[in-house]
Parts: sequence; structure tokens; C-alpha cells
Amino acid sequence: MKLHHAVFLASAALFAAACRQDMHDQPKHKPFTGSVLFKDHRSARPLVAGTVARGQLMEDEHLWTGKIDGKPAETFPAALAAHFGGGADWQARMLARGHDRFQIQCTPCHGSVGDGNGMIVQRGMKRPPSYHIDRLQKAPPGYFFDVITNGFGAMFDQRDRIQVEDRWAIVAYLRALQLSQNAQYADLSAEQRDELDHPKPRTEGQSHSTEHGR
Amino acid sequence: MAQVFPKSSNTLSKASIVVAGLVVAALGLATININRTTYVNTQSMPIDQVVQFTHTHHVGSLGIDCRFCHFSVEESSFAGIPPSKTCMGCHSVVWKDAPILEPVRESYRNDTSVEWTRVHDLPEFVYFNHSIHVNKGVGCESCHGRVDKMPLMMRENSLNMEWCLACHRAPEKFLRPKDKVFTMGWDPVKELGVSQEELGLKLKEENHVQSRTNCATCHR
Ligand code: HEC
Ligand code: HEC
Ligand code: HEC
Ligand code: HEC
Ligand code: HEC
Ligand code: HEC
Repeated sequence: MKLHHAVFLASAALFAAACRQDMHDQPKHKPFTGSVLFKDHRSARPLVAGTVARGQLMEDEHLWTGKIDGKPAETFPAALAAHFGGGADWQARMLARGHDRFQIQCTPCHGSVGDGNGMIVQRGMKRPPSYHIDRLQKAPPGYFFDVITNGFGAMFDQRDRIQVEDRWAIVAYLRALQLSQNAQYADLSAEQRDELDHPKPRTEGQSHSTEHGR
Repeated sequence: MAQVFPKSSNTLSKASIVVAGLVVAALGLATININRTTYVNTQSMPIDQVVQFTHTHHVGSLGIDCRFCHFSVEESSFAGIPPSKTCMGCHSVVWKDAPILEPVRESYRNDTSVEWTRVHDLPEFVYFNHSIHVNKGVGCESCHGRVDKMPLMMRENSLNMEWCLACHRAPEKFLRPKDKVFTMGWDPVKELGVSQEELGLKLKEENHVQSRTNCATCHR
């Protein structure tokens, strides 16, 4: 008798413990959860054709396509200033962001100085041209924006991965990179020339690295 | 008629109540502990996938940043699993015809999803958010371990409540400079010459990191 009780209680305890999973896996969808309801097994439904989400009206042709009247833009869109916080140093912030995103998204193939010798190229990817060839030196910002947005030859488009403002930030960084690899003495300001001719030891505060200036 | 039960059975039946109680308690304890073992909750076990994707190669030897593939980890609660288009950006050229990649090519051709098996899966009544952790300086490594050394992805930690709380009570034991969040194998003593304690307390102050142990932080 008593033993029966014990067995009953013990199996009840086991049963309750097994029920635990019911609360753990509720019939709700987290991102990318599969679904048996739809033919493609995706719980995330594609947008109905013609849907315009907030902030996705894409009225600003310059910002979203990198073109002005169908031609690659020679300038950066005005909307970027507000996105990167405005003020006197928004361009510096944009460059820093561009550097960061370039390191993540482009260096695997293009290499950190943009010579087209990244790690994936060494493992068999088609070799991209160097950013420092004459043709790309002369290409306008809008052209680079278009390559990132729509791809080019063997390079896939990156528009799903990189937000539109970040794409422009990368273009700005590319420009800086091109200048850095092709700087002429004559391009420097008098002050910079002076610094180059009479180098002084770097002080801590000059470092541009953000977050922790250790 | 003689009695069926001898007198001693009184003691026996009293004792059996106690024993029954103990048996129930022991079984209960055993189930709880079995549920917590790494065997049942699959901690530290490599999970087989349709495509044997290796972080060892992609992160360890090719040095691709986590955000190349898990691109929403900084902005959203969800880290994101890359679509097959991301893979094809390289694999339409590199290892173009490898049989191992056929499920990826098929998914890209037919616009279907590669069905990955989840390795980390919190219960649905727990709220978790990647972006706050990443932006306050908790490295991927602190929760996911040395991903760059995992041929197949596995779960490094239990994801138990007590595991979350151990860090929420004392986040300084784990905090890193924000630009080192995505780095694997980062060590404050080697890189900066300071102990984790010292660095952690400083970063906690600088980045206003709170110690969050209120139930509503994770159960909302
Ligand atoms: C998966 C490798 C890969 C990644 C990642 C990649 N590219 Fe490319 N890129 C290529 C290849 C390959 C080419 C050459 C394409 C061809 O000629 O078919 C190329 C070409 C280019 C060109 C030159 C176009 C021309 O007119 O010749 C530019 C500019 C460029 N990429 C910019 C970028 C930027 C900016 C990023 C980062 C946001 C990036 N790429 C990321 C592989 C890549
Ligand atoms: C080349 C693309 C790529 C890169 C780079 C990458 N991952 Fe992944 N990651 C994946 C894919 C695909 C999966 C799903 C398959 C799997 O679980 O192995 C995944 C799965 C994971 C998972 C398990 C997800 C789950 O199911 O619970 C974690 C954790 C993870 N990655 C962390 C990282 C970290 C940390 C880094 C950077 C150090 C990184 N990954 C870099 C593609 C990538
Ligand atoms: C930035 C380029 C790049 C991306 C993106 C990429 N791979 Fe790879 N992958 C490579 C390279 C290069 C190799 C060859 C590795 C080597 O030579 O060591 C490789 C090898 C592989 C292999 C062969 C086995 C191995 O690990 O060596 C598999 C499987 C694979 N990748 C799956 C994937 C999947 C799935 C994705 C998408 C989530 C993906 N890759 C995204 C570059 C990439
Ligand atoms: C504080 C601990 C913690 C940190 C730090 C962390 N993760 Fe996670 N990660 C988790 C947990 C917990 C889950 C399971 C989430 C769930 O089941 O809802 C997870 C799930 C994932 C997944 C599966 C998809 C998803 O979002 O559920 C990927 C991919 C991933 N993490 C990648 C990363 C990368 C890359 C980093 C570094 C940038 C990172 N994680 C940092 C705890 C962490
Ligand atoms: C290695 C350390 C660490 C681990 C492990 C960890 N966390 Fe956190 N968590 C933090 C830090 C640091 C913060 C930021 C606290 C702050 O300053 O607001 C945070 C914040 C959060 C927040 C946001 C709080 C808010 O009010 O917005 C949630 C939700 C959260 N964690 C859930 C979890 C869950 C669930 C787990 C376990 C699966 C977990 N965390 C594991 C360090 C950690
Ligand atoms: C830092 C995040 C966090 C906080 C804070 C937190 N929990 Fe949890 N809790 C979790 C996680 C993660 C789990 C799931 C553990 C698992 O998978 O077994 C959980 C599970 C639970 C469960 C279910 C246990 C089970 O076995 O299914 C209960 C009950 C619970 N928590 C109560 C609380 C209470 C009460 C508090 C406040 C004192 C609290 N939690 C605070 C993260 C948290």
C-alpha cells in the first residue's frame, strides 16, 4: 500500500517535471522560427508588394540611389549631417563609423588598405581591382555607393547588410583611404607640412581612437 | 482468531511513511538534477546541422568579423542568422561546386530557407536582448565561449537563470572595452596589463553599467 503511494507520487513528480517544456516552448514565434502554416515554412512573412514601411519612402534620390538625375552623384547627400549627429564634427564621426564598417564588411575581400588582397582572395575569391587605380581614383562618391548597393560583377550587393547611411560612411572612408595612399606633399596644409618636416613626439591626447584612450 | 499483523508492524508502518517521504524527495531532487545535467540540456554538445558550417574556418582562420554574418547583433535583441545570399557572396566563387554546400545553393536558387537547428534557445518566458549586452561591453566570448575554436557550434554555458544572475550581480568580472566585444581570446592582463577586476570596475563606472537582478528584467 505505502509503496504504491510512493510510486504514484514519484511518477506524478516525474510527470510534472516533464511538463516543464510546455511553458518553455510556447506556440509563439521568435525571429526565424519555422512555421507549418505557410508553404515556405517561414513565420516571418514577406511584405505585400507595394508596402512602404515608415522611413522607407526613399524620396531622396541622392541618398538612396547615389544618383542625381540618373548620373552618379559628385557629392554626399545633405541628410547625412543629421544622421551623424550634426555639429562641427559630424564628418569626423561619419569617417570613424565608415572605418569601422569598412573593416567588418569590405576587408575580407578588399584588404585593409583596399589593394584587393584580402584573406578571401588569397583563398580563391576573384581578385577585386585596387581602389588606388586611376579609374577608381577619379570615380565620384555616387559610383561607390552604387557598387555597394547593387553589386558589381562577381561582388554581390550589400544593401541588406549595410544600412544606407553606413554605406555613405564607407564611401567617405574609401575617399580618405584613396587620399592617404596617394597623398602629395603639395596637398598638405602649411601646418601639416611643418609637422612632417619637424616631427614631434606624439602626445596622448592626439590619438583618434575612440572609447578607451589607454 | 490470531491477529494478521504482529504488533511490530505499527513501527514498520510509521517508519514507512518517513521512508516514502524520503523516496519522493530523493526522486524529485534526482529529476531536477537530471534536467540540469549537460546531457539533458545539450550543453557542450556539438549540434549537427544540414550544412557543416564551421566557425573555426570562417572566424578562426579567415578572420571574418561576427557582424559580417550576425549583422543585427548591435541594434536588435536578435543576433541574426545570415541568409544564404550572404554565404553565396563568397561561395558563388569559392568552393563553387562543393557538395557540402549544395543545401545553401539550393536555398539560394529556390528562395527557400536553410533550416538550421537552434543551438541556444531560452524558454519563451525569458526576455533576452543582445544589443544592450554588446553595447555595454559584454563580449560574445563571455557567453558563447571560444567560437573560433568550434568546428561545429555548441553551447558553452547552461543558460540557466543562476548563470545569468551570476553576471548580473557582478558584471565587472566580465566587462571589456567596447571595441574588444567581438574579439576572441581577449585577455586584459596580456593586452593592457591590468586585472579584470580593476578594468571591470573602471568600465562599469564609465559606461554606467547597472547590476540588474530585478525579476522583471528578464521576466516581463
Ligand atoms: C565577398 C568579397 C567582397 C566583399 C565582401 C566586398 N567586395 Fe567589392 N569587389 C569584390 C570583387 C570580386 C570585385 C570585382 C568584381 C568584378 O570585377 O567582377 C569587387 C569590386 C569592387 C569595386 C570596384 C568596382 C569597379 O568599378 O571595378 C568597388 C568600388 C568595391 N568592390 C567596393 C566594395 C565595398 C565598399 C565593400 C564593402 C562594403 C566591398 N566592395 C565588399 C569582392 C568583394
Ligand atoms: C561566415 C558567417 C559567420 C560568421 C563570420 C560568424 N557566424 Fe556565427 N553562425 C553562422 C551561421 C550560418 C550559424 C548557424 C549554424 C550553426 O549554428 O552553426 C551561426 C551560429 C552561431 C551561433 C549559434 C546560434 C544558435 O543556433 O544558437 C552563435 C552563438 C554564433 N554563431 C556566434 C558567432 C560569433 C561570436 C561570431 C564572431 C566571433 C560568429 N558567430 C561569426 C555564421 C557566421
Ligand atoms: C567572406 C567569405 C565567406 C562567406 C561569407 C562564407 N564563407 Fe564559407 N568559406 C569561405 C572560404 C574562403 C572557405 C574555404 C576555407 C579554407 O580554405 O580554409 C569556406 C569554406 C566553407 C565550407 C567548407 C568546409 C570548411 O569549413 O572549410 C563550408 C561548408 C562553408 N564555407 C559554408 C558556408 C556557409 C553556410 C556560409 C553562410 C552562412 C558561408 N560559408 C559564408 C568563405 C566564406
Ligand atoms: C549576455 C550573454 C550573451 C552575449 C554577450 C552574446 N550572446 Fe548571443 N545569445 C545569448 C543567448 C542567451 C542566446 C539565446 C537567445 C534566445 O534563445 O532567445 C543567444 C543567441 C545567439 C544567436 C542565435 C540567434 C539569436 O539571436 O537568438 C547568435 C547568432 C548569437 N547569439 C550570436 C552572438 C554574437 C555574434 C555575440 C557578440 C556580438 C553574442 N551573441 C553575444 C547570449 C549572449
Ligand atoms: C557576462 C555577463 C552577463 C550575462 C551572462 C548575462 N547578462 Fe544580461 N546584462 C549584462 C549587463 C552588463 C547588462 C547591462 C545592465 C545595464 O547597465 O543596464 C545586462 C542587461 C540585460 C537586460 C536589459 C536590462 C534592461 O533593463 O534593459 C536583459 C533583459 C538581460 N540582461 C537579460 C539577460 C538574460 C536573460 C541572461 C541569461 C540568459 C543574461 N542577461 C546574461 C550582463 C550579462
Ligand atoms: C538575468 C535574468 C533573470 C532574472 C533577473 C530572473 N530570472 Fe528567472 N529565469 C531566467 C532564465 C534564463 C530562466 C530559464 C532557465 C532555464 O532554462 O532553465 C528563468 C527561469 C525562471 C523560472 C522557471 C524555472 C523553471 O525551472 O522552469 C522561474 C519560476 C523564475 N525564473 C523566477 C524568477 C524570479 C522570481 C525572479 C526574481 C527574483 C527571476 N526569475 C529573475 C532569467 C532571469
